[in-house]
Amino acid sequence: MSAAAETRPILRIAGLNAHIAGQQVVEDVSFTVPATGITALLGRNGVGKTSTIKAIIGLIDRTGAVELDGVRIEKEPTFRIIRSGVGYVPEDREVFSKLTVAENLRLAERDAAPRRRLVEELFPDLLARSAQMAGTLSGGQQQMVSLARALLNTNKILLVDEPTKGLAPKIVAEVAETLAEAAKTVPILLVEQNLHVVRQLAAGAVVLSGGRVVHTGSALEFLDDADLTQRLLGVSAEPSAERMAVAPAGARTGNPAGKGAAQ
Amino acid sequence: MSTVVLLLFTGLGLGALYFLVAAGLSLIYGLMGVLNFAHGAFLTLGAFTGWEIARRTGSDNWGTFLLSLLVGAAAGAAFAAFTEFVLIRRLYQRHIEQVLITVGLSLAAVALFDGIWGTDPVFIQGPAWFKETTEILGARVPNDRFVCIIAAVLVLLALVYFLKNTRYGMIIRAGVENRSMVTALGIDVRKAFTLVFTIGGAAAGLGGVLASHYFGYVSPMLGGSLLIFAFIVTVIGGLGSLTGAAIAAVAVALLQQFANFYLGGTGDFVVVLALALVLLFRPSGLLGRTS
Repeated sequence: MSAAAETRPILRIAGLNAHIAGQQVVEDVSFTVPATGITALLGRNGVGKTSTIKAIIGLIDRTGAVELDGVRIEKEPTFRIIRSGVGYVPEDREVFSKLTVAENLRLAERDAAPRRRLVEELFPDLLARSAQMAGTLSGGQQQMVSLARALLNTNKILLVDEPTKGLAPKIVAEVAETLAEAAKTVPILLVEQNLHVVRQLAAGAVVLSGGRVVHTGSALEFLDDADLTQRLLGVSAEPSAERMAVAPAGARTGNPAGKGAAQ
Repeated sequence: MSTVVLLLFTGLGLGALYFLVAAGLSLIYGLMGVLNFAHGAFLTLGAFTGWEIARRTGSDNWGTFLLSLLVGAAAGAAFAAFTEFVLIRRLYQRHIEQVLITVGLSLAAVALFDGIWGTDPVFIQGPAWFKETTEILGARVPNDRFVCIIAAVLVLLALVYFLKNTRYGMIIRAGVENRSMVTALGIDVRKAFTLVFTIGGAAAGLGGVLASHYFGYVSPMLGGSLLIFAFIVTVIGGLGSLTGAAIAAVAVALLQQFANFYLGGTGDFVVVLALALVLLFRPSGLLGRTS
């Protein structure tokens, strides 16, 4: 990737509005995602984070501009947006429970040469369980399937929605490690409630409230501002020093802090 | 004993017809959420085109019969593909409009068939073997029942193979479970929609030809009369479940036949009662997701 391309945001959202069952859930949202590293999309429950992700790929009705790598995509149907280089890891995994692990993965392959070896290296457990019905996997294993589906293809961006939700702490660490590894090669827009994980991984942060963007900037600076996190997220983030000690190496190397999300 | 055996095979033959209609209905609803009231019209068109083949080429030989099956299935498939591509595709997620347009299409199709072939039933004859019977445990079972059963079993096996072993089969199974996630993997699920409609139409068209031999006639109302029971089979079997549809088709047809004989012609009532019980105690059907 050239220097000019690296400085250009990979994803630009402008004036995004979205509705579910006639109710507005995303209101005039604008932000950008840089071409490297992880950008966190934060906010309290129900502020429109998942809706924003779904609106970006057209899973819900929306208006506004969505630009992927300089190309407007908001008029395209979902499957074309995904094919143009978007990997989507949905909230609650959404694996196909009546398909085997292998079938779940085969279904996700859209490249001529899918990255099966990478997936096998990242998720060796899935290889052993390839003939198992995905519905019989644990939550953590299902999350691995969901992540693997996105990582099988070469993408311009990954949209990852609450990947650690409902998982045991050990599995959360594994998921965080996987995301850090993935972020070395592809930018990620990450919806995450676990601020420990956000602190570990994210360089930039976009904060939503009431369906609108209310803050953008460095993730660490945001999390270190106790008043701001309390006001916008309803919780106080823990100090960074001790938590950063367990951060996967290289997790935030790709994205200069503070430049992750400029409205 | 012979009565039981005769009822059993007659019921299995009728169940085979129900399955051929319900298989498409179930997959179409399971994948697309479309309640297709025009499905009976696919069957009727298949039956009439099969009858036309038999009438024009001589109805009493196996070659003609096999050709009529092929043409009937092709006619049903073509009609179904046309319906999906021209009418339904614009109306996904708009369930009221879907119901209105499929009900309207079924009424228009019946009127069209009336205009082309008349309102009276036209009678059909198959190969001479169809008129004969085979004795099983003292019962003389009409041979055409065996043809229906064998055809339905072959269709079931072919569909199961297709769903389990092909990429489109995998897409359909995944789509029945979570259509939007299939799209979110970059798959154009609309192609699967057209394919499922086409497969369902082919099975219904095939069922139409077989039904015309089972009942001995074709009429514009043939599809509509079978569609009601196919809907019941679809709900009892579980929406979107092919195996469920097969089990329910056999169960419903046997229940109907035995109740008609032993309970004073109450077969239809007993079937509706069974539907009510399933909806009360197992609303997702035998093998399906929640209806």
